[in-house]
Amino acid sequence: MPGFELDQSNAPIYEALETFRNMRVVPFDVPGHKRGRGNPELTRFLGQQCVGIDVNSMKPLDNLCHPISVIHEAEDLAADAFGAEHAFLMVGGTTSAVQSMVLAVCKQGDEIILPRNVHRSVINALVLCGAIPVYVNPDVDKRIGISLGMQREKVRKAIEEHPNAVAVFVNNPTYYGVCSDLRAIVDMAHEAGMLCLADEAHGTHFYFGENLPVSAMAAGADMSSVSMHKSGGSLTQSSFLLAGPNVNEGYIRQIINLTQTTSASYLLMSSLDISRRNLALRGKRIFEQVCEMANYAREEINQIGGYYAFGKELINGDSVFDFDPTKLSVHTLDLGLAGIEVYDILRDDYDIQIEFGDLGNILAYLSIGDRVQDLERLVSALAEIRRLFKKDPTGMLSQEYIEPDVVLSPQNAFYSKKVSLPLEQTLGRVCAEFVMCYPPGIPVLAPGEKVTDEILQYIGYAKEKGCSMTGPTDPHINNLNVVI
Amino acid sequence: MDLWFSEMHTPDVKLSLRVDKQLYSQKSDYQSIDVLETPEFGRVLVLDGNIMLTERDEFIYDEMITHVPMAVHPKIENVLVFGIGDGGVVKELTRYDQIQSIDLVEMDEMVAEACRQYLPENASKLDDKRVHINYGNALKYIRKFENKYDLIIVDSNDPFGPSEGLFTKEFYGNCYKALKEDGIMVNQQGSPFYQEDAVAMQRSHKRIASTFPICRVYQAHIPTYAAGYWLFGFASKKYHPVDDVDSKRWASLNLKTRYYTSRLHVGAFYLPAFLEEMLEEVE
Repeated sequence: MPGFELDQSNAPIYEALETFRNMRVVPFDVPGHKRGRGNPELTRFLGQQCVGIDVNSMKPLDNLCHPISVIHEAEDLAADAFGAEHAFLMVGGTTSAVQSMVLAVCKQGDEIILPRNVHRSVINALVLCGAIPVYVNPDVDKRIGISLGMQREKVRKAIEEHPNAVAVFVNNPTYYGVCSDLRAIVDMAHEAGMLCLADEAHGTHFYFGENLPVSAMAAGADMSSVSMHKSGGSLTQSSFLLAGPNVNEGYIRQIINLTQTTSASYLLMSSLDISRRNLALRGKRIFEQVCEMANYAREEINQIGGYYAFGKELINGDSVFDFDPTKLSVHTLDLGLAGIEVYDILRDDYDIQIEFGDLGNILAYLSIGDRVQDLERLVSALAEIRRLFKKDPTGMLSQEYIEPDVVLSPQNAFYSKKVSLPLEQTLGRVCAEFVMCYPPGIPVLAPGEKVTDEILQYIGYAKEKGCSMTGPTDPHINNLNVVI
Repeated sequence: MDLWFSEMHTPDVKLSLRVDKQLYSQKSDYQSIDVLETPEFGRVLVLDGNIMLTERDEFIYDEMITHVPMAVHPKIENVLVFGIGDGGVVKELTRYDQIQSIDLVEMDEMVAEACRQYLPENASKLDDKRVHINYGNALKYIRKFENKYDLIIVDSNDPFGPSEGLFTKEFYGNCYKALKEDGIMVNQQGSPFYQEDAVAMQRSHKRIASTFPICRVYQAHIPTYAAGYWLFGFASKKYHPVDDVDSKRWASLNLKTRYYTSRLHVGAFYLPAFLEEMLEEVE
């Protein structure tokens, strides 16, 4: 196998589970369903194969909190496959990887430089540790109304203005597939004595495909969170945290163990092991096919008329330094339809579930398991939606980036005394909680940010168009907690 | 040797045919393809374990899916057929001199090849100069056309396999767009008898009914299909399948048929109470 030091055809956790299954060990330990016997309804639903390996940590199967045998080997294989110094298996989603990454470098009062269009998990971590965000406003594409990457100059300026910041955080790529100039940002951070952290929730395939944007480890970043379960094919909630040579493996493990379960699921861990093997052995060909499918779908969608399926033409050398061609994002506003409306019609009328729709765009997530015949359905359904639902586009709002006005640190705001007020009375107050459309889960408001007229208008419009809004304690988002 | 082929109509019901010989067995990119020689039904084409057609009873299907729309619409000239099979549907269509063009779309070229070799009786009609064969995805083909066809015939496999796309709302909608303002779409609509089939039948009926102003279902008895009881969908922009049938015109063509008659045409649209109820539920 080219490029790997270890034999990537091994899958030690999977192999240990197969051996364990054949030993027919009598269980007087947890879990209490005892290979499914105690819960026949669950066994019927999930299958014996599945519940039979839902077992506890034990000597032959290692322990995720302190790996010394098969999990350790699986992590070494993953590190080798991803070109990292060390890889950690994560069972609490990429959220747990992102939070561990931030908690490992930031302490109370530390500054961290990051784009505002991060996933909520990043700002959640700041609530936990008390670090102060230094936001770099991402560039915005006015035509399609999406936030892009960070411009090099803005990152340089943030580093100069905040020389004591501990790290620079980068989305690689954004939900829409936009990549900043990661190599340059890593160099700038390192020159200033800062670490560089990457959120690669949407970038697993960068490590295995060809002609894709550079991966964080290849770019020299110090840590990265990789959603193996998104484009990599493992089970939901399983993920990797990757580390480079400049960070201490043992300390990161301690940080992970602060919040990680001590009963890590072997379903999740074996899925990581098997998926890593698959990508190491076959990833190049798999992602070549995914790219071909996405490119084909883009061409077909752009022929329908009215839709704009964007791709590598967005690349501008800076805030769109590179573009992930597997992301099938389509701008829908020219048809007089919000992305969220197209998203709802696809699901309700055509039985097609896509990843998300926001005000101006939809995103279909293409990965390892897609088939051309299903793409034909998606393209045809979009053609039909145009024929049946096309409207006058005047008056449609697009997803303009709203620059935040940060008044308090996320932790201070979150834990301060607060009062719940009707939305329309919150103008000018400091928000004490998150507000976001989920997905994509990028906060409109984060704790500590001032509520502006623009934000209130945005929330009202998004609710009206049917976006699923989350974050506040009030599930209907009629009220908002603000700092007293 | 006692060799039998069985098709499971439900997990608890199967239809078995004695087999003299397996003539062909291949896997294409889409499905497994088998041709069997049987004493009762002659040669049988089997896709993914499901009987598609037999020499003995395919005339029922071929006649009912073609003559019904042909007797209703007075000026069908441009026809589109999805699914090539052994060419039986095309054979019926080529009997009409008024038809100027028959476009055929087939996903799986290997099915066509297997039929040409082992079920050659109807295949010669595929060489009729009015017939144009396209191999490729049906959804991709249809979405490019607007106001082009008088008649679209959807001769598909069942809705649970590679033909899934031919039972979708986006497919029916694109067919609607590709039809002229008085165009007709006829499709095989499965069987209403067993639960899983019935649900699929209702789903596709619902989708067609929400797309076309006129949407009726008619029936035929086909021994080798599930419960021996098969449905066709008649979807139309202008013509009603019973009110607008022109039996005199059709009789004047002097086409000899073995199943279809003008009286049966009308009768086929009279449905049993349970089926009427199932259809009304989703209309």
